[in-house]
Amino acid sequence: MMSCKKAAELISLSLETPLTLGQRISLGFHVGICGMCRRFRRQSRLIQEIGQRIGKEFPAENLSNEARERIRRAIVDATEP
Amino acid sequence: MSDEFPVSVKADPDHWLSEHGDHLFRHAMARVGRRDVAEDLVQETLLAALKAVHEFAGRSTERTWLVAILKRKTIDWLRRVHRVQFCTDLADGDPWLDAQFDWTRHWAQAPGRWGGDPAVLCEGTEFRRIFEDCRQNLPERLRTILSLRLLDDVPAEQICSALDITSANLWTLLHRARVRLWNCLDKKGLARGKP
Repeated sequence: MMSCKKAAELISLSLETPLTLGQRISLGFHVGICGMCRRFRRQSRLIQEIGQRIGKEFPAENLSNEARERIRRAIVDATEP
Repeated sequence: MSDEFPVSVKADPDHWLSEHGDHLFRHAMARVGRRDVAEDLVQETLLAALKAVHEFAGRSTERTWLVAILKRKTIDWLRRVHRVQFCTDLADGDPWLDAQFDWTRHWAQAPGRWGGDPAVLCEGTEFRRIFEDCRQNLPERLRTILSLRLLDDVPAEQICSALDITSANLWTLLHRARVRLWNCLDKKGLARGKP
């Protein structure tokens, strides 16, 4: 029987790439009888979906005036012949 | 304020800075979490755009084009600053992760009950704050690598080749990041009161 440690690895892996048939079967068997890993899987998928939504949004922070000025100068330096 | 590409594409870095500077900065901040690094990335992005303006064929909006350059610069930064350390991380293993499991390799502590509809959860400001706190509190290397995959969907191959690691290495690092993020959310009682 697969350990929870291994099951958790496969759950993370499944968010990245399709699992092999063997992996799917052994993970399916494990989560079938392990409520904790079922929960971990559900919550991992939730985090994945939320992350994808949040990726399209941004914190409300702006460039400081100093940074803006520094970047402007760097651009001037780069564009001067 | 326009996202549209100009009819005739010409290098106009002053316009880029004033129109897109804050957007690029926020994008970078959300990935790297450090003002100094984010500011440098904005500067590098605009300088690179200046050199590559002839490649910008107006197929996308100006902003999309600049963000694509910013993503590449973020990966470059990760490579430059952290590449060697990633190898050490991989060689060292992850005692924190090991400690989440007992000697039988089952969960040392049962995960709490939480969940819900992501669309609804994302609307709640309290939930958003907790999620972002937890993401920002990840160790720097893990945070950036997870953000590139999770938030930006940067292809895994691109990250692997920049860092000279195998995809199995990348999955290992992402797993470490994911369990930490999940653990933090679990500890903070995410979605308290929800089934």
